[in-house]
Amino acid sequence: MYTQALNSSDGDDRGIEDAALAAQFQARIDADERIEPNDWMPAAYRKTLTRQISQHAHSEIVGMLPEGNWITRAPSLRRKAALLAKVQDECGHGLYLYAAAETLGTSREELVDAMLAGKAKYSSIFNYPTLTWADIGTIGWLVDGAAIMNQIPLCRCSYGPYARAMIRVCKEESFHQRQGFEIMVTLCRGTAEQKAMAQNALDRWWWPVLMMFGPPDQASQHSDTSTKWKIKRFSNDELRQKFVDATVPQAEFLGLTIPDPGMKQNANGNWEYSAIDWNEFKQVLAGNGPCNRDRIAARRKAHEEGAWVREAAAAYAEKRKGRRLAQAAE
Amino acid sequence: MATPNTPLWEVFIRSRNGLAHKHVGSLHAADATLALQAARDIYTRRGEGLSIWVVPSNAITASDPSEKGMMFEPAESKIYRHPTFYDVPDEVGHM
Amino acid sequence: MAAANIEVSETPLVLYALRRADDALILGHRLSEWCGHAPALEEDMALANMGLDLLGQARELYSYAAKVEGKDNDEDKFAYLRDVRQYRNLLLVEQPNGDFARTMVRQFFYAAFADLYWRAMMASTDPTLAAIAAKSEKESAYHLRHSSEWIVRLGDGTEESHRRAQDAVDHLWAYTGEMFAVDDSERGLIDASIAIDPAALQPRWLKTVSGVINEATLSLPSNNWMQKGGRSGSHSEHLGHLLSELQSLQRTFPGATW
Repeated sequence: MYTQALNSSDGDDRGIEDAALAAQFQARIDADERIEPNDWMPAAYRKTLTRQISQHAHSEIVGMLPEGNWITRAPSLRRKAALLAKVQDECGHGLYLYAAAETLGTSREELVDAMLAGKAKYSSIFNYPTLTWADIGTIGWLVDGAAIMNQIPLCRCSYGPYARAMIRVCKEESFHQRQGFEIMVTLCRGTAEQKAMAQNALDRWWWPVLMMFGPPDQASQHSDTSTKWKIKRFSNDELRQKFVDATVPQAEFLGLTIPDPGMKQNANGNWEYSAIDWNEFKQVLAGNGPCNRDRIAARRKAHEEGAWVREAAAAYAEKRKGRRLAQAAE
Repeated sequence: MATPNTPLWEVFIRSRNGLAHKHVGSLHAADATLALQAARDIYTRRGEGLSIWVVPSNAITASDPSEKGMMFEPAESKIYRHPTFYDVPDEVGHM
Repeated sequence: MAAANIEVSETPLVLYALRRADDALILGHRLSEWCGHAPALEEDMALANMGLDLLGQARELYSYAAKVEGKDNDEDKFAYLRDVRQYRNLLLVEQPNGDFARTMVRQFFYAAFADLYWRAMMASTDPTLAAIAAKSEKESAYHLRHSSEWIVRLGDGTEESHRRAQDAVDHLWAYTGEMFAVDDSERGLIDASIAIDPAALQPRWLKTVSGVINEATLSLPSNNWMQKGGRSGSHSEHLGHLLSELQSLQRTFPGATW
């Protein structure tokens, strides 16, 4: 999910190795052919995709943390199983995506090291805290809802392994948003305290979710090449509008108020929302969100504390190989 | 320090008896046994499979896409290999 | 006001089902604590799968306990509204995750038992328990396979992993005896062929465990003093903390539906 906001440029055609190859490549893209790992591709295409897919993967993995925060406190066994399965899915999605990125020639380990070193981005949304159980419902409803808007077009992305990973992700994710919305419905039909919890969660998540789609189109300079390469098929603002239009009636159904008093429906039926605080978005991307430090620290801790386990498995594999060779030599 | 690489594996799954194993994705594991278990834990969570193969990614030899013309285009003109190339009178029925 | 504890009529069959349900819930909960923090993504997936298997077992067993008890308790009331003295799980499963070695050895000791136990329970004269056993046996068999592979790799991996694995074995060994203990309440069920006698499984359990431990170049402690008490509600200090987390919402908002 989550990569829309992060697309950035390697898009200019400087350094393209060979104009003829580049023209053939673009012709294939224009003919809606898929590009596969061993095919010739411009270095900038490779770099853009490596960055986008790995950021997407990091987002899935970091995204496990805010929701994982509630697995041990889920309020019923049914909710607990669903949440554990959902967060596990996100791990799987990260894994599929790292594999897709690896087909472009960078190992998962390098990609992960870059993220742990703070050199790679992940979606800004995961730098906000999950304070109550209603946040779990809201994440499923809105964050996964926004993700689906972004991910469905990626199933037709020009790069084969990415598109295939996204098809699998979308298929698996179909229960995530429903899971979240069901939690919201239950809270909104529950006690006054529960309903207030739901409203408060919506108040806190609404604007950060709108930021997930990335900077407004006029400020987003790098979409052109991504569009030309069919990595990106809709602009940030198009997807954001689609999301808002889909969400307004859902909030109404829940009896919740979107925290934007100035919001109004225009003649085309689209819901016009108020100005987004892009300074907040910039600050969160720069590392100053409420949870940036905690998220990276948690991933580093898991990575460092897992090192001896990975080393043990590698050492055992070596030993076993050695023993087999020794046996064969006897 | 850079994290050392764990070997990459390709995963193939037979979804139903009677079907061939199909490539479904990749994973990292230190050895074949762990790779097989990881494949089960990652790629069959929704009842997708009855049989799994894991193959070290570096054991796969692939054709070179730049040789596509030489490799695959010569087959395109051999239309006489396909049943529709031949005319059989309708009265004969299905053959 | 916090939600009060439920009362449970612990007839032998209700108590039996609650004990097994509690084992599965508490161990599943422990495994779920790993989610997002495992040594590799592949292992994160595996730990969550095992956790989900166990949660599923717990839910079926709680539902059965509720049905047998015939009051208005249900799976969530059993899980969320009993305090530490009312929980009936083994001490082994409530032990904290510790490092990955501690988690895997705990899983290994339990799965080696659960695999034998559920397989034998498939012959229960109680059809619900026999059906739960048939499902749980397959799950436990895989948990045993997975944890055994890791015990061997950790034991026979690096110096550090060997040390950690041996430390885990030494630490957890004293909690294994409780799996084979039988009290009067359960004796009656065993006599009626509703339950099986776990003591009879101990030699085979030890054989499985020793085999893997040897292959892993580890050793079992010679001290055979065993801790017990979980089955009657005398737990280690760890369970209270686990429950305070598990139950926090249900306790804070009495009677709410989630």
